[in-house]
Amino acid sequence: MPSVSQTPPPHSMPDLAARQRAMARAGEATSDELRAALARTGAVTEAQDLRPTETGLVMVRGRIGGDGRAFNAGEATVTRAAVRLPGGETGFAYHLGRDRVRARLAAILDAHWQRPEARPALEAALDAIAGRRAEAVRQAARKTAATRVNFFTLARGED
Amino acid sequence: MYVAVKGGEAAIDNAHRLLAEVRRGDPAVPELTVAQIREQMRLLVDRVMTEGSLYDPDLAALALKQARGDVVEAVFLVRAYRTTLPRFGATEPLDTGGMTLARRISATFKDLPGGQVLGPTFDYTHRLVDFALEDGADPAPAAEAKPEADAAACPRVTDLLGQAGLLEPSPPDEGAPVGDLTREPVDYPADRALRLQGLARGDEGFILALGYSTQRGYGRTHPFVGEIRVGAVELEFTPEELGFPVSLGTVDLTECQMINQFHGSGAVPPQFTRGYGLVFGQGERKAMAMALVDRSLRAAELGEAVVVPAQDQEFVLAHCDSLQATGFVEHMKLPHYVDFQAELELVRRLRAEHAALAAEPVQDDPTLREAAE
Amino acid sequence: MAHTLAHGFADPVHEGQAVFRAAMDALSRPGQIRPLATTLAPPAPLIPELAALALALTDADTPVWLDAPLRAEPAVAAFLRFHTGAPLVDAPDRAAFALIADPARCPAFAAFSQGTPAYPDTSATLILAVETLSNSAGPAFAGPGIRGTAHLDAGPLPADWASRWAANHAAFPLGLDLLFVASARLAGLPRSARPVALEAMPCT
Repeated sequence: MPSVSQTPPPHSMPDLAARQRAMARAGEATSDELRAALARTGAVTEAQDLRPTETGLVMVRGRIGGDGRAFNAGEATVTRAAVRLPGGETGFAYHLGRDRVRARLAAILDAHWQRPEARPALEAALDAIAGRRAEAVRQAARKTAATRVNFFTLARGED
Repeated sequence: MYVAVKGGEAAIDNAHRLLAEVRRGDPAVPELTVAQIREQMRLLVDRVMTEGSLYDPDLAALALKQARGDVVEAVFLVRAYRTTLPRFGATEPLDTGGMTLARRISATFKDLPGGQVLGPTFDYTHRLVDFALEDGADPAPAAEAKPEADAAACPRVTDLLGQAGLLEPSPPDEGAPVGDLTREPVDYPADRALRLQGLARGDEGFILALGYSTQRGYGRTHPFVGEIRVGAVELEFTPEELGFPVSLGTVDLTECQMINQFHGSGAVPPQFTRGYGLVFGQGERKAMAMALVDRSLRAAELGEAVVVPAQDQEFVLAHCDSLQATGFVEHMKLPHYVDFQAELELVRRLRAEHAALAAEPVQDDPTLREAAE
Repeated sequence: MAHTLAHGFADPVHEGQAVFRAAMDALSRPGQIRPLATTLAPPAPLIPELAALALALTDADTPVWLDAPLRAEPAVAAFLRFHTGAPLVDAPDRAAFALIADPARCPAFAAFSQGTPAYPDTSATLILAVETLSNSAGPAFAGPGIRGTAHLDAGPLPADWASRWAANHAAFPLGLDLLFVASARLAGLPRSARPVALEAMPCT
């Protein structure tokens, strides 16, 4: 796939990393959690679709040997949404799976996140969602850790 | 003589209605839900995702329900579904080094940073049927332990061994276009990236048998399991309209690094060579077999004679896809009345000629003629 | 960027199919002018018909090359990226489709991918936004999909157009396919269209 672009889009916003992090956390939320997060900020969930929310595919790339040349490992379903708020902010979401409602809510949240007055409340809501996820991951890690092998060596009579 | 035949339509409709009823089974037994299949037949779901070449556990579970549990039929459904969807692009290459591990073992190195972590495995079970499962009792909760400090970052075994130069490095990523056999027809010889794509979606039974054949002497490669890791990896995708990567979420994967012997050459000092396997979900058998076959398919690259099936690219790649294979095998059951009629006429003529030569009258079988007509 | 983003197809499936159908008909009946209706309002100098073909034909698998006037307007790239997901490439020989708003300065055909003998379908398709597009005059063509001969007057085009097309046809099965768009209409010129010298034309 050619990677050369003629005119890179203007994505040099200073808080890009923060936005990416917000989008990633929104991607781990349920629809209900997203609705609740938007409601907490008093944000409207009305938005205009820039493009109908749709399900499609991405080709999942792996690397030969884990760190070498890329190869196509297989595809995954992805649902994407792109919305515009009455104030002009545009929001996007790309999520694994086929849940259109959830993707559209996440896109609306991404748009509201760009409003400085809405950001702190949304960040707090996303932190709570991320906390729930982190706890689940921590518990799985504890169960996995219990299956770690602790080797012990038997003395064989040599010094 | 060609006779146009009509009349199958009602039979086909009714066969499909009967299929739906038989699929449901005894109505006195509660119906399976897709969520039940997804959660409790997870390895089957993983296999359908891998061979269907589409990561979507709910879809694979639904396909299995519709297919009455027939893996190849479910793969067919998943592959058909994907053809209806637009492709948004390709993800950034995923990093298995950053995997949230559910399992990680090495058969070659006992003491590894991060350790040997068994996870949920059939290994070391006694393979005795557990009749307690008939009653559906809840299992005892899994044991828990505090993860050790080195569990957070588990380097791939091959990264550790590679540092000493004992192991060949992975082929470097020079930004070459990544071939896609779902987009362009395969030309032989196919490069390793294209071969891995084919093997990843190949039928588990076929790949397993080929991998096994290399161990039994049909293309010996002296394999060791460097590492198998199972767990979740984050996928990132850069939409054209955004120009920056966004997280799509995580997928469960199984990766196998096979380490194989190599005698070196004038230019290359002796070092271990490698085979690689990567599949969706938990699929160790498939990932291991894939890694064995990946290595054996590198025969030409490594200066080995191509003499056995598992070293023959075209044999392996052209026959490993269960959907292609079943399509060609199973189409044989569809009506071939006209083809067979032609063959029958030919055989009759040859028999007549044969009989004339032998000056012996041969009795034509009237029942055969009726059957064909 | 997206604050002023122009809309795409309101009904992507059916509008996309209709435009695809028009392009297919245009290429299967070389030289015949076909209607191409669209309600798109893309950023200039991308005309609506050029945009409609881009939305119907291109996606993440089809690298797109833009000519200088289209490249000069960032809103064009933003519009195409958003609605098609197609990668925009600098090198014309890497493009599956080339969008050309200034056909008089169309680069040499050799700059674009010609396909390979095994896969001639991998050559580029050029989509040119022309001012003149009529059947009443212009050079004549014959070949598959043409009953007798077809005239196609498209312009403005570079002065060496006739020799370019003759060379393109001579390279068959390799070579470029062209789609010409103008206000509400389009015509196709596939590589199979043979230029017919005027003196060699049969009397009709």
